Amino acid sequence: MSMDDTNQLPPEPSPAPLPARVPVRVFGAGAAGIKVCENLMAAGMPAGVFFALDSDPRSLAASSAVEKLPLTVPRARDMDAGAGCRFEPPPVLKAALGGAELIFIVTGLGGSTGTMLGPLLARAAKEAGALTLAFVTMPFDFEGTRKKQAARDGLEELLQAADGVICLPNQKLSKLIDGNTSFVEAFKLSNELLADALRGIWRLRTRQGPVELHFEQLCELLRDQHTESAFAVAEAEGPNRSVEVLEKLLAHPMLEGGQILTEADSVLVSLLGGPDLTLADVNSVMEQLSSKCEGAQVSMGASIDDSFRNRLAVTVIAGRQPVPEIGVRQRGSAEPLNHQLLGRSETKPESRFVPPPPVLPPERMNQMLRQSGGRGRKSSPKLRQTQLPLEIISKGRFDKSEPTIHRGEDLDVPTYIRRGISLN
Amino acid sequence: MFDSSSSIIVGLEIGTSKVCAVVGELHADGALNIVGLGQARSRGVRKGEICDAPMAEEDVRHAIVEAEQMADVEIRSVYLGVTGGHLRGFNNRGVHPVVSADREITDADVQDVIKNAKTINLPAQNHVVHAIRQHFLIDGQDGITNPVGMLGARMEVDVHVVHGNLNRLQNAIRSDKGLQLEVDDIVFTGLASSLALLTNEQKELGSLVIDIGGGTTDYVVYANGIIKHTGVLAVGGDHVSNDLAYGLKVPLSRAEQLKIEHGSALMEEPPCAGQTITIANELGMPLKVINLENLRRIMSLRLEEIFQLIMQDLEQVDTLNYLRAGVFLCGGGSRIPQIAKLAEQTLQMPVSIGKTNSISGLKSALDQPEFATAIGLVKFGSFQQRKRAAKGSITDGIKSTLGQIFKRSGT
Repeated sequence: MSMDDTNQLPPEPSPAPLPARVPVRVFGAGAAGIKVCENLMAAGMPAGVFFALDSDPRSLAASSAVEKLPLTVPRARDMDAGAGCRFEPPPVLKAALGGAELIFIVTGLGGSTGTMLGPLLARAAKEAGALTLAFVTMPFDFEGTRKKQAARDGLEELLQAADGVICLPNQKLSKLIDGNTSFVEAFKLSNELLADALRGIWRLRTRQGPVELHFEQLCELLRDQHTESAFAVAEAEGPNRSVEVLEKLLAHPMLEGGQILTEADSVLVSLLGGPDLTLADVNSVMEQLSSKCEGAQVSMGASIDDSFRNRLAVTVIAGRQPVPEIGVRQRGSAEPLNHQLLGRSETKPESRFVPPPPVLPPERMNQMLRQSGGRGRKSSPKLRQTQLPLEIISKGRFDKSEPTIHRGEDLDVPTYIRRGISLN
Repeated sequence: MFDSSSSIIVGLEIGTSKVCAVVGELHADGALNIVGLGQARSRGVRKGEICDAPMAEEDVRHAIVEAEQMADVEIRSVYLGVTGGHLRGFNNRGVHPVVSADREITDADVQDVIKNAKTINLPAQNHVVHAIRQHFLIDGQDGITNPVGMLGARMEVDVHVVHGNLNRLQNAIRSDKGLQLEVDDIVFTGLASSLALLTNEQKELGSLVIDIGGGTTDYVVYANGIIKHTGVLAVGGDHVSNDLAYGLKVPLSRAEQLKIEHGSALMEEPPCAGQTITIANELGMPLKVINLENLRRIMSLRLEEIFQLIMQDLEQVDTLNYLRAGVFLCGGGSRIPQIAKLAEQTLQMPVSIGKTNSISGLKSALDQPEFATAIGLVKFGSFQQRKRAAKGSITDGIKSTLGQIFKRSGT
């Protein structure tokens, strides 16, 4: 995200009038955050609510945001020494935060600015008494493990500081990208997706609707499950919009073909349509979505915007409870293994068959790793040796047949394995 | 065989573990007699659906030939049992206003309301296998079984619709077409089994029939004499064998054998703690020692899960409380020792192994739970035949009355 985007618009000299006292503010922190804000402004959102924050004057100059706050980011060394806790937001930032009811923080984690600034900003915003929601991207795998680690740490802190975090791991985009997509475009796509998500939530907030979805509800959804939340925004036009919008949603890479919905514990759906939005439209969208996520609590909101005549936009945010840790093992050997868990399996010579491990996102793995204490990382190279690919469960004679899936469980896998019962 | 007063009805079930053809003879007085049975090991079917058409066709041929020889008839058409995870059952209601001046409900009204109930929004590739009439409602009055001749303004009817993927249903039909066999009708196997097992009283009291086959487990709920719910779980005896093969690390055929010889649905009964089974090769040398407890545990967990899944489904459609006659098991899976006890524990209801005693002929050979489906297919066929005969007589009647009118006008 922090790559320099060369085909960005040339800097526009902005007249910089004082921003109107709006209850919603968007802070773009770091190069990535600023670019996402550019996207949003280009899409017609009022420029007055945007604030660009960066330590790099070049990227600030490229921003067309009304307010630009050049900040010096405390260096990591100082942070480790405990300076982070004592970081005082400069008065100019305090002024920008003051009086806001809702603050969006947009940033790309893993770089130097966003990773540090994001949590600080969130903390400052909370202190100013605003609801804080962060939109962040995680770096691609190829950007290196160091950057990933930094991003994870940043996310971890952000999670504690903000009311809710919506996280877009860039690696997920690889499904969207074909062989011909240029390097620059990949980052642009990531920016666009993040902008889409922000716009979707923005609408939730700003448009009045017959069925209101409270922001607090949204935060609640995101608070405990942030590491696993996925979002998707889709728009469609024309008479067939309710069908098209669903197709787009289910094809959305973030939802992994609806798989995310099936696994979600709570799903939040927000519809935005014109005055011509029919009950049948709402019904068909909701019915289809609900049927995809039978196990989840579904909450919905609908709002009306005059400019959306003959159009329908649907925002879906799906959250999943963190997976319980007992019996969890990691797939593959790339990630350091949870020390505590491995200890358990070493002491007990149980069955060689283990239940198929739930697929954990890297953030979650990292979180588990932290809980097990600092020793985990040091001994990880040694532990890596013990990891064998035991999880491959052959389905025997049903290997080639259509799997029998019931509520997300593959019934062809022996019951005792799925329930984790050991044979002696 | 040459008696024109009886007609031949054949039920054919292409199951996952066996192909079974049953020949029944329907006498003019309505008595049904089973005269032939043919079966063959099935090799081309997985989870109730054909996956190797030539192989399945060969097995069907074997079964049909055997049945033909035994019954000494030539089989031209069959009632074909279908199953598979793609089949779904649900209830639908049709409404029809009675428009005649005197508000009397006629036969045509009944046909109309049923037609309305059958028009369901299904995906294009889906086909309705059954639309089974439940009860009529007239002006909100429930529980009417035959409304013809009654008075009312608004008639409704509930139907239970069983539908499935057309292409997958066609596969089974095609394998018969290749053998020059006509398919009179396709029947959901769970429904067929329930027809063979249940008496009218049991249907009235409310019962659940669970047919644990090789590849699928079909279940049907009757309450107040009508079918309330049907379902298919694409899990069956094959899964038990597969689990054993995997868990005990033996080949599938050996697992199948172990299941039959040493299997039990309960861990504790008969007692097995610490017991082992030694598998020997053809020379009597021990190859492998298997812990009986493990075998039982694997089986018991799988079977328990099947019952749990069925129970969850029934809970969802709210039919668990209607089952006063209890649960009847059939299919090859019901031969597993102690399975009734396990089902009783899981479902919290009286459970028994179903008996196909509602039919006469070849008694001892047929009173096996595996044949319930094929016998039920014959029974279904006999109902259809009788219905057709009744319809035929109506049209005959019309013809004769018309003839009389013309005769009269002629004179």
